[in-house]
Amino acid sequence: MATNTQIPVADRRAPVIEPGHTFSTITAKISNIVLSRPISLGWIFGFLIVFGMLNMLAGVLGYLFLKGVGIWGINIPVGWGFAIINFVWWIGIGHAGTLISAILALLRQTWRNSINRFAEAMTLFAVMCAGTFPLAHMGRPWLFYWMFPYPNTMRYWPNFRSPLVWDVFAVSTYFTISLVFWFVGLIPDLATLRDRAENPLVRGIYGLLAMGWRGSARHWHRYETAYLLLAGLATPLVLSVHTVVSFDFAVGIVPGWHTTIFPPYFVAGAIYSGFAMVLCLAIPIRAIYGLKDFITERHLEISAKVMLATGLIVAYGYFMEGFMGWYSGNQFDSFLLWNRFHGPYKISYLALLFCNIAIPQVLWLKKFRVSTGWLWLISFVVLVGMWLERFIIIVVSLSRDFVTSSWGMYYPTKWDWMTFGGTIGLFLTGIWLFVRILPMISIFELRTLLPEAHVHEATEVKQ
Amino acid sequence: MSDISVYESPIAEAPSYGLMAEFDSAQELVDAAHKAQAAGYKKIDAYSPFPIEGLAEAIGFHKDRVALVVLIGGIIGGLTAYGLQYWVAVITYPTNIGGRPYHSWPSFIVVTFELTILFAGLSAVIGMLALNGLPMPYHPVFNVAEFSKATENKFFLVVFSSDPNYDPADTRSFLSGLSPRMIAEVPS
Repeated sequence: MATNTQIPVADRRAPVIEPGHTFSTITAKISNIVLSRPISLGWIFGFLIVFGMLNMLAGVLGYLFLKGVGIWGINIPVGWGFAIINFVWWIGIGHAGTLISAILALLRQTWRNSINRFAEAMTLFAVMCAGTFPLAHMGRPWLFYWMFPYPNTMRYWPNFRSPLVWDVFAVSTYFTISLVFWFVGLIPDLATLRDRAENPLVRGIYGLLAMGWRGSARHWHRYETAYLLLAGLATPLVLSVHTVVSFDFAVGIVPGWHTTIFPPYFVAGAIYSGFAMVLCLAIPIRAIYGLKDFITERHLEISAKVMLATGLIVAYGYFMEGFMGWYSGNQFDSFLLWNRFHGPYKISYLALLFCNIAIPQVLWLKKFRVSTGWLWLISFVVLVGMWLERFIIIVVSLSRDFVTSSWGMYYPTKWDWMTFGGTIGLFLTGIWLFVRILPMISIFELRTLLPEAHVHEATEVKQ
Repeated sequence: MSDISVYESPIAEAPSYGLMAEFDSAQELVDAAHKAQAAGYKKIDAYSPFPIEGLAEAIGFHKDRVALVVLIGGIIGGLTAYGLQYWVAVITYPTNIGGRPYHSWPSFIVVTFELTILFAGLSAVIGMLALNGLPMPYHPVFNVAEFSKATENKFFLVVFSSDPNYDPADTRSFLSGLSPRMIAEVPS
């Protein structure tokens, strides 16, 4: 069935799929990465590194549980430190995955079909990394289940008026819904792998996971309804999760936290860093696995534009923080602004402005949006910048609050850094395994992008 | 009911699940499904490697109840969450937090919202799978070797033998009239 598969595009933009692909070639190309591509030395070498980092996380957490959170740099007044900085950073990264899979699905942005699968996987791993930090920060993490409302012999119940309890519900719902959304998307592709696998064991495993999917028209109909509804549910969910995370701050009366701009500013920042992570992963993966036909220049360029737009919203947030510091006339707010530029952490704040506002402006130029090298570098800078943003919000505000006698500096220890590095190991180990055991691009959704997938309606049927 | 049928050996009849026709394109499958429906076949199904718009209608399937399941799930989730919070904060474990009323409903909205989404989302997944009858590891259509292409690039139409109009010879000749790539009997 060799047919011309030119994708109609309105203008001279790069196509979503390179021309010349058929249902078979798409299926073969993506499923062969999982089923028949030999494991390369590069993959093994990289895996040893990231898996080593994951083991470092296990070691560091073991030592933490033995000694307590005193091994970290946290103190009074800065009681949150790296644990919450990294929690917010990771969960923000996850948000791009849901944005791509859910919001863009509702908006019928079909280009997202080639990046939604691995962006969703990225979400899951990022939320796992995020969840590690509050658990580790608890001091007695083995009692984590006290956060959930369950009948217990202490006759105690959580305080539902606390944003920290809202966070438990928001993050656990987010993880659960992201997981099932991802799995539902995988079912038809798992059936494809089942039908193509040669090895009986591999075939059995994919067959078990595919649950007997056979592509019946009735099944597809219910499947599409469920998928659409899940997308519709995940869209407000993803906005609510970072809003609730921002409530953790905004409900407190600390200067720099107690502002109404936090929810939109946090959500924009989350999508900003999330797209940066998508690009940081997609650019090397498409090169290594030869997926440039499916993740084209068009995808990179659109992602760059989303980054630019959300970066400008974040810049607006910084500007409004500064403006309100001056306009409110509140001495603590004005001091916060002064302290950011002149205080002990001014280098971090200036670096933040440089990474998050100055550098991404080059994305206005098409040259930088389509150059993979530059785009990767800019995305990495944005990830650093967004991490610094959370550092500034937490550390600068807490270290200099209302009374000078309670001021204190915060310095992360090697254990803080190793925990952070360890979660990067957890994240990358997940990605490393994912690209080899599951189809990293949604095969059936890519098939629907081909013109022959569309049926001309109103076929006359005469008896 | 004809009583003589009891004495006919069902095995000798070589029980068949139905007849399967294979097509090369989505368009051919939709056209074939329309024709099968027009020919009076009720118990038919179509299989494709991706969702095809209008195919479910072409085989006479119009209403799925997934949306209803999701609605019910969402309502139960919202009521559960609000009810739990009200019960905890007002009845079983009232605590004075900054002098707020026990029934401080604005604080309860976040958890109510999250659990509404959680219950609705899980209902969507479980409801879709349950209505589809999945997981179902074995199905007669898998017995046809060519059917493995149904998850790659081929399109299949099956007329079930339970259809009142089903007749091995007639149905086969009807399906050949649709010019499929091949016709296979689906063993039961």
